Order: sequence, then structure tokens, then C-alpha cells
Amino acid sequence: MSGVRLLVGTKKGAFVLTSDGRRRTWDVSGPHFGGWEVYHVKGSPADPDRLYASQSSGWFGQIIQRSNDGGKTWEAMEQKFAYEGAVGNHPYYDGTPRPWEFTRIWHLEPSPTNPDEVYAGAQDAALFKTTDGCQSWSEMTGLRRHGTAEQWVPGAGGLCLHTILIDRADPKRMFIAISAAGAFRSEDGGVSWTPINKGLNSEQIPNPTADVGHCVHRIAMHATRPNVLFMQKHWDVMRSDNSGDSWHEVSGNLPTDFGFVIDVHAHDPDTIYVVPITSDSLHYPPDGKLRVYRSRSGGHEWEALTKGLPQEDCYVNVLRDAMTVDTLDPCGVYFGTTGGQVYGSADSGDSWTAIVRDLPAVLSVEVQALP
Amino acid sequence: MIRVVLPWHLRNLARVDGEVLVSVPGEPTLGSVLDAIEARYPVLQGTIRDHVTLKRRAFIRFYACEEDYSNEPADAPVPAAVVSGTEPFLVVGAMAGG
Repeated sequence: MSGVRLLVGTKKGAFVLTSDGRRRTWDVSGPHFGGWEVYHVKGSPADPDRLYASQSSGWFGQIIQRSNDGGKTWEAMEQKFAYEGAVGNHPYYDGTPRPWEFTRIWHLEPSPTNPDEVYAGAQDAALFKTTDGCQSWSEMTGLRRHGTAEQWVPGAGGLCLHTILIDRADPKRMFIAISAAGAFRSEDGGVSWTPINKGLNSEQIPNPTADVGHCVHRIAMHATRPNVLFMQKHWDVMRSDNSGDSWHEVSGNLPTDFGFVIDVHAHDPDTIYVVPITSDSLHYPPDGKLRVYRSRSGGHEWEALTKGLPQEDCYVNVLRDAMTVDTLDPCGVYFGTTGGQVYGSADSGDSWTAIVRDLPAVLSVEVQALP
Repeated sequence: MIRVVLPWHLRNLARVDGEVLVSVPGEPTLGSVLDAIEARYPVLQGTIRDHVTLKRRAFIRFYACEEDYSNEPADAPVPAAVVSGTEPFLVVGAMAGG
């Protein structure tokens, strides 16, 4: 393994951080697309030098950037995301019906096998796909036209499709999550979708156990065990052992089970990570202490990881796409904060260092292990 | 040729410096000037007005000869001074922020 590349999206541009396999010293490149919000940057598993970035602005809308050289140069690609056919309504915050309206792409998920194939999760919630390396996009309408869509309500960040997981063993099996609709599964490559929210309990909605309406913040799975899913919900850390057919809570001894990120160790599918956040009203860590919590048992029992992390006067947040793990041994774990720090651990979370401290607010962190 | 001043971010996106020149056939209107800008710089499609509806994006303004053309219809003619190249057509990112 020759190196590691971190792809960091922030409120004011993208940054590429590179290191060798020891992960001790880092080079920082950026800002790329300075001044723009970069919600997500991700590389193709099939071609590590092929990167995709979602660049957006309240003034100028959505841009999709593509790099063929690992982020050294970028090219703006097709940025037209048009909902197909009649645009329905969903309930707005005040309960009035509101037509679907495109705002931005929250998440880009390249195919595991084809560098030209990418899925994009949109606000307002919809799934788009390109098969030509972002020269054109088409909506996968089965999701937005799902029978429950007229019940989907926006979370505080908008009605956003923020999580896309692809089962590498069976790429037609996909999972997505929408705030605040919940999680959905497709068995046919995104053509049709089934809500998978049984077992979720959300006191913030009229029927806490409804089929849809849950504010799922993030889902994660291990590539070798795709039937096991982990979820950080608005409140509650959840686990499913049957591909989302049912969920059970694994919050256990966490100091709070509110949060945004959740991820799985690269080599141990029962080791998972979360960053507890005080509450839905207080988006910062409890007691001003930034602590990653690790469970080695797939939930229930959690240990605080604090070595190298600030343990006083820390009031940052860690947003839903801002944690990732690398595939080196030992596994590297990384996360970015709204305070502009990117922390990394080269020992599975036992100890942490700040790779950078003063970036704009971090929206997303992805990592590539380079051959 | 019509002189167009783009906001800083759109100049970067289009990879141009300073003013740009666009050729507009017939009697230039607000809509045909915008069509010409997008034809010359396809990367700007969707950044000034919506891809589908061609409605001006909320935080974009159009100025010329010290007048605000932001809310004029697409078939509104642009001023003669812009057509002659004496004055530029300005695409402006609206002031916003704290």
C-alpha cells in the first residue's frame, strides 16, 4: 500500500489530504472550488484516480466536477438534474403541499466496478444515475414515485437523500436513506424500492412506528456482511441483521444516542463507531468533550475513545457524511468537524491526531487506500 | 458583440478573465443574451437561470446602464448602449450574508 488520500468536502471548498501508509504526515491540497459548498467528494473503487465532487451554491446552483488524475485537475460535467415526468408534492415544514424542487446533490456513490457509473442523492429527495462518467444524468423514478412519497417531510436540512450503499456482492441490491422519510432497499438496481423501517421508534412523528417519516441520519454496512446494517437515527443507534427487514436498538451505554455519523471497521464487521452529540437541540458533544465511541460487539457495549481528542471546551458537530475508514492494517478512522478539524487515527481509534485544524466547516470525509 | 461581466465564481467556472463577448443575432433581448452566454459557455447552464424553467436564479441580478433588468421578461430588449458595446451587461451575484 503506497498511500492514503482523504477527500474532504467543506462549506467553502474541497481539500485533498495525502499521506503514506504510515499516516503520520500529510500534504494538504486545496481549496478546490473555493467559496463553494462541497457536500461530497468520492473516488471510484474501480479507478482510484477517478474522483467525483458535488459543488453547490445558493447563488449559482449545482455543479458536478470530475477528476481523472486523483484530484490534481478537475472538469465541470453535466449538472442538469431534472425530475422526470409530473412532479408531485410532499408536505412542507408547515404541512402545506410543496412540489419537488431540486436544490443540490448531497451524496455521490460511484459503482464498485464501473468508474463511469455513479449514483447521486438529491435534495429534494430523488436518486439520479449516470453511466457515462457524468456527461448526462437520469432520474431513477421508482424512488420518488414510491407510494409513500407524499408523506415524506423534510428534516431541518431539507428533504435530502444523503446515504447510498451498494452491496458489492450483488450490486443490484442497494440501500438509501432520506431525511425525514427513512431507509429504503432495492433489489433491482434502483428500479423499485421498499421502505425498511420496522423497529424504528421516533417520538417526533405522530405515529412513532410508522412505515415512513423517520429521520435516519446515516446507514453503514461492512462489505463482507451486507445483510447487517447499522443506523444512526435522529435519536437511537440501530442494527438490522436481515437487510433492514427489522431493526433493534443497540445504543447501550452511550452517553447520548443522538448523532449523525456511524461507520464500520474495515476488517472487523462487528466493530462500529459513532460520535454522540448532546441532543437534537444541542448539536455539540456532551460536556464539551469530543469522544468517538467504539463498540467491538456490534452495538450495546461501547467504549469512549478520547486519546488525542479535545476533552474540554469543544462544541463542534460531526455531520453525517464526515466519517470514514480506510482498508489498511491497522484500520484508519477519520472524521471532520464543523469547526474545521479533520482527525485521524491509524490504530482503529485508540489514538487520534488532528491532520488539519482550521478548514471551513467539514461536510464530508472519504478515504482511498492507494495501490 | 455584447460585452458581458460575469460574477467572479462564474468567470472561474467558465475559465475566463474579465469581460466576455457574445454575439447575439437579431435584436438582442434579455433572453437571447442569456442564451448566447450559455451557448458560448455551456458550463454556465443552470448557474444563472434554471435548466428547465429558464427562470432567473433567486440570487442572480441583471444590470445594464445603471438599471435593474432582473425582473424584466425574457423578450425585453436590452439597452442600445449594450447592443452597441458602449456599456456592458452585468450578471451579478446578489448581496447576501451577514
